[in-house]
Amino acid sequence: MKHKSLISINDFSREEHIRILDLAEAFERQPTQRILEDFVVATLFFEPSTRTRLSFESAASRLGAQLIGFSEPASTSLQKGESLRDTIRTISNYSDIIIMRHPREGSARFASEVASVPVINAGDGANQHPTQTLLDLYSIRKTQGTLDNLSIAFVGDLKYGRTVHSLVMAFCNYNTTFHLISPPDLKLPSSVKIHIKEKSLAYFQYTEMTEVIPKADIIYMTRIQKERFSDPLDYERVRNSYVLRESMLEPAKPTLRILHPLPRVNEIAIDVDENPKAYYFTQALNGVFVRQALLASILGVVE
Amino acid sequence: MQSAMTKKEIIKELKVTAIENGTVIDHIPSHSVHQVIRILNLTDYGDQLLIGINLESRKMGKKGIIKVSNKYFKPEEINKIALVALSATLIVIRNFDVTEKKQVSVPDQVEKIVKCFNPNCITNHEEMPTRFTVMDKKELKLRCRYCEKITARDNIVFL
Repeated sequence: MKHKSLISINDFSREEHIRILDLAEAFERQPTQRILEDFVVATLFFEPSTRTRLSFESAASRLGAQLIGFSEPASTSLQKGESLRDTIRTISNYSDIIIMRHPREGSARFASEVASVPVINAGDGANQHPTQTLLDLYSIRKTQGTLDNLSIAFVGDLKYGRTVHSLVMAFCNYNTTFHLISPPDLKLPSSVKIHIKEKSLAYFQYTEMTEVIPKADIIYMTRIQKERFSDPLDYERVRNSYVLRESMLEPAKPTLRILHPLPRVNEIAIDVDENPKAYYFTQALNGVFVRQALLASILGVVE
Repeated sequence: MQSAMTKKEIIKELKVTAIENGTVIDHIPSHSVHQVIRILNLTDYGDQLLIGINLESRKMGKKGIIKVSNKYFKPEEINKIALVALSATLIVIRNFDVTEKKQVSVPDQVEKIVKCFNPNCITNHEEMPTRFTVMDKKELKLRCRYCEKITARDNIVFL
């Protein structure tokens, strides 16, 4: 993976995914290692995403790297009308790796073509956010002991949620049973479902989550965004029907874990937080280890 | 009877009117002829250009044809028209002789000529060539290398 950009989850093979997860485990055991002291990491956030940026910067800092970059486009030459091409070419000269977030789909792939250093995509519009997918895979493997043969329930906005799309695609390599729970208007798009069908995996669609809870190894909750609805009444109708409460978890498997890419609004009630099945905050912490693994392997300091 | 003969003669004439050197693009769907002219940049062509639309064809019922004098196309140039005229046949003429005859084919990659239909795709905001992988040659489904969205036949706009 040395010097290889990570733009889309499909850029890395199943074996490479596993390699990153194994490396992340080593960083979890020993998070502070000054192995990147000779490297400069650029974090270019053309749109703000505090959570993702801090996770990457924490990962880089724990490995001793020097950080440069910006956290919103207002402070950059973009305001002066500079092209993305020129920005990336210039910053390639100043850094050993570029981590970028950009509101336009495809911007990260384009950046990786014009940059002289590897690029990690930290989100390009509605398209891809591969490090989120890797940290989800890490969290699931850690809590279930395996990625194979799991029953995974995805709940909420399955139409627009890019984290759901990437994770579904990644799990098509692991003989997964998919339970898809969403309002009728926010069903998983056929462009994603086609990957499940290609592998002849089982998937079930629901509009309610109660009957799925006893079957699931993982419940992956997502936020339903108000702006996805043209009629505010439709939003009001669904916003409260896709809420997970502590009382609903009674019939669940003891090994069930609940994941959420965060931020949450109301889709997981606060009373779930103290339940041992709640895993979303640890999931966010795992993101740091996975990003450490990516930085170290792409910069070539670990094999 | 008289007029039918004349018509036949005209068709025959059009079909065989020999160009000394150049390219004949035959079996174009009639409604795509104008698009083919645009894609091949022939709108302002300075030499002889013969265009036939709604000609009788045994193969297609009706067809279009374009004859371009003194012009030869590179395969990557001519294959662009497969996106609108998959049935087209390319005939290369040198010294009144047919020296080459072949079907156009949808290329595996489509570069620079089609616009990505996703308005939020970087290719619609940055000065850069578009690039697609052809996912389905029959249904014409083009997957953008950048935003990964599919531009399908109905959404294809040429740059």
